[in-house]
Amino acid sequence: MWKRDESVKPAAPPASSPAAAPSALAASTPAASEPRVHLGRDMVNIGKSVVIKGELSGSEDLTIEGHVEGRIDLKDNVLTIGPNGKIKAEVFAKSVVVLGEVTGNVTASEKVDIRDNGSVDGDIASPRVAIAEGAHFRGSVDMQRAGTKPSQSQSQPQQKPASQGQPPSQPQGQKVGV
Amino acid sequence: MAETTRSLTELFGFGSRRATDAEPAAEPVASAVESSYPTKALHKFIASLQGNDNPLLLDLGPVVGSNVTFFGEQLGCRLRVEDIAKDIDRHVKDGTLEQLPEFLARRFTQIPGTVDGVLCWDLLDYLDRPAAQALATALSALLKPEGCLLGLFSTAESREAVYTKYVIVDESTLRYRTYPASRPRQRSLLNGDIIKLFKDLRVTDSFLMKSKVREMLFRKPAPRN
Repeated sequence: MWKRDESVKPAAPPASSPAAAPSALAASTPAASEPRVHLGRDMVNIGKSVVIKGELSGSEDLTIEGHVEGRIDLKDNVLTIGPNGKIKAEVFAKSVVVLGEVTGNVTASEKVDIRDNGSVDGDIASPRVAIAEGAHFRGSVDMQRAGTKPSQSQSQPQQKPASQGQPPSQPQGQKVGV
Repeated sequence: MAETTRSLTELFGFGSRRATDAEPAAEPVASAVESSYPTKALHKFIASLQGNDNPLLLDLGPVVGSNVTFFGEQLGCRLRVEDIAKDIDRHVKDGTLEQLPEFLARRFTQIPGTVDGVLCWDLLDYLDRPAAQALATALSALLKPEGCLLGLFSTAESREAVYTKYVIVDESTLRYRTYPASRPRQRSLLNGDIIKLFKDLRVTDSFLMKSKVREMLFRKPAPRN
């Protein structure tokens, strides 16, 4: 679908490349020729043989197929953890798509999407969260709707808790039916 | 009355298959893809959460994406997913079921008295008595005063080794989706047994559904001054 555009960017590291710009990066690259592939748009791919320990930050969309430990900061971009990707890190991004494994807290300003076979072990903070059937998730989800009340149309809330009395049509105790 | 109940049930339907009088409710089995059933307790449980700002909800079942969306996006809950079924499976596989009560007693890391609601679903049916008691005690401690717990209890004996994912269709409908378990339900808990398990909580509602599931709502009483 995406055609590699070799004429635009060679493998030489631009200043903004997440794989090259990290502030505290201790990368070990068993296959140095594989780590980055620049596509026609601002999008970077970290190959599956790449191991990065430290802080990863940048301003391009990023796909990780390798291992990353530490912190990933892509506040304005989309982070995709590919099926081979294994992340042990605090993750901050605009959107996060998980097809691989993430251990650590994930914060996204737009959306976290855990796909089938994707795994997240950690807390998620994002206004939108999608978890596919077959995905693994253990942790908490905070959709950060501070100041927003659930719409009344979603339900007919009974504001009085049961301890303060039930409406006459809903007597306490056992009911049989339906 | 039965007619009225059925009419209301149909009124809430969204075209999904559901149990009716004409078509007796079958117990969900492994071969069933999924079936939808009415629920009476869920909307009361939700109503109890809506009095709180950003309520903290503990879901003990397997993660269901649409439930996360329902509680998180639509109701503004902070949701904590703790899949107890996986814990049971692991202990069965490792042959350490005798350690399960102790494990469950220390399973939760939340501060006692901080949880607004617990979705216990039907997990107690899969536990032996000591483990069920340990889980019930731990959950009771986690709940805030006035916090609410929703439990489902099968009234039919079944030796089929399946868990059920309860997918929320809307406030009055649950879709039951079965998947393989490492052990079947242990026994049907009687009403009195359930109440004893949650002796620190008060039963506020109990519904015996045609799906052979007893839905029970518990509430933690506020401390008396």
